[in-house]
Amino acid sequence: MTSAALLLLADSRLPAGGHGHSGGAEQAVRVGAITGPEDLARFLQGRLATTGLVTAALAAAARDLASTHRAGAPGAPEPALDGRGGWRELDAEADARTASPAQRGAARTQGRLLLRSARRIWPSAALDALAAAVPEGAHHPVVLGVVAEAAGCGSRDAALAAAYTTITGPATAAVRLLGLDPVVVHRVLAGLVPDLEGVADAACVPLAWEELPAHAAPVLDLLAEQHLRTEVRLFVS
Amino acid sequence: MLRSLRSDPPLTLRQTGPGRVHLVSTAAGPLGGDRLELRVDVAPGTTLELASVASTLVLPGQGESVTLVEAWVGAGATLRYAPEPVVLAAGCAHRMVVRLVMEDGASVSWREEIVFGRHGERSGACRSRFDATYVGAPLLRQEYVIGDPASDASPAVFGDARCAGSVLVAGHTPASPPAPAEGCAVLPLAGPGTLISAVAPDTATLRHRLTWGERHLRPGDV
Repeated sequence: MTSAALLLLADSRLPAGGHGHSGGAEQAVRVGAITGPEDLARFLQGRLATTGLVTAALAAAARDLASTHRAGAPGAPEPALDGRGGWRELDAEADARTASPAQRGAARTQGRLLLRSARRIWPSAALDALAAAVPEGAHHPVVLGVVAEAAGCGSRDAALAAAYTTITGPATAAVRLLGLDPVVVHRVLAGLVPDLEGVADAACVPLAWEELPAHAAPVLDLLAEQHLRTEVRLFVS
Repeated sequence: MLRSLRSDPPLTLRQTGPGRVHLVSTAAGPLGGDRLELRVDVAPGTTLELASVASTLVLPGQGESVTLVEAWVGAGATLRYAPEPVVLAAGCAHRMVVRLVMEDGASVSWREEIVFGRHGERSGACRSRFDATYVGAPLLRQEYVIGDPASDASPAVFGDARCAGSVLVAGHTPASPPAPAEGCAVLPLAGPGTLISAVAPDTATLRHRLTWGERHLRPGDV
């Protein structure tokens, strides 16, 4: 079991810059779409069912690819990629699922920061390979999947950690932006536990990369683009 | 030149101009249990415009209805796909699948509009999956799920909109996309293309927003 490693991976205190991103919550608060715990709950539920599922599936796929590479480490047999390509191809699948340039930028920024920290925390050949293959910085869920493998986590752990971070970031941001009661917001998160488990299960259904979930949230795209053009911001995204 | 045109009810194809074809619904639906397939090949260097004469009303029936559209756009070819909206009547269970394959130098404009129920009606359920590749590389992959309580009324997904739509313009890279307007964003993709994405309270506003995006994307070229 790898539950201790999963706790480390999903911990908001992991020094990887996640606290700087609100996942659209800051702009949603600004335009009045989130005003209290009820709005926040529906925002988080929708974000989890769309972005959360997509990032969880990408993280699980990245974790599986890293594990395939490990099987092909020096001295071991050649990596069995089954023609599934490599890091750039998986990163391109993340690009194709992220129509908003603001969100692609945020995903790459968070990916770079996580990779930089993780290479010092869990040094591994797969993390080095990812950094070399995508020098501009891979999408955050792709990096998270490889970090999960380096930390000793399985695919479902990677998916769960990815899904979890898509809702905890906006939840914390909403507490700070609206002055909400942190206990009430944590109750909202607790209510989403069944959704989190369901998303992690759905994210681990074995599929070819092109068939992985691609659930879009048009309003999140719109919020991300508006946010990028707002002058006074507390959060990066 | 249109080399071949084949169709069976409920979908009938009519040539309405040089390089222009209209889809005509010659029966109600689709209804639950129906499976409609449309296959379009645009030969290298040629141009096709595909439209429809009326919106499509998806109705309930026995099980799920499915529409599958597969389009291949050859090297240097142009396709403009601009059907009228798909309306999800209460109780329907619909699945829409689009596979768009573009070769080098292909130029495509692809419009999709989904309306969440008729006036004053709850929306039916729909899963829509759109996959576009450009010279073998993924350009855009998107799924919409409508009629799922987890995301329907979410201020992150559709908010209080009653319809959602997009126009994918592929093969062009815009010089400078406009800042987002109310309910509409012009999104340059990582690959050669741009997605105009909009949500709106009604179909007229939705079309207006998408047209606004198209006009800013390609001045004088729409």
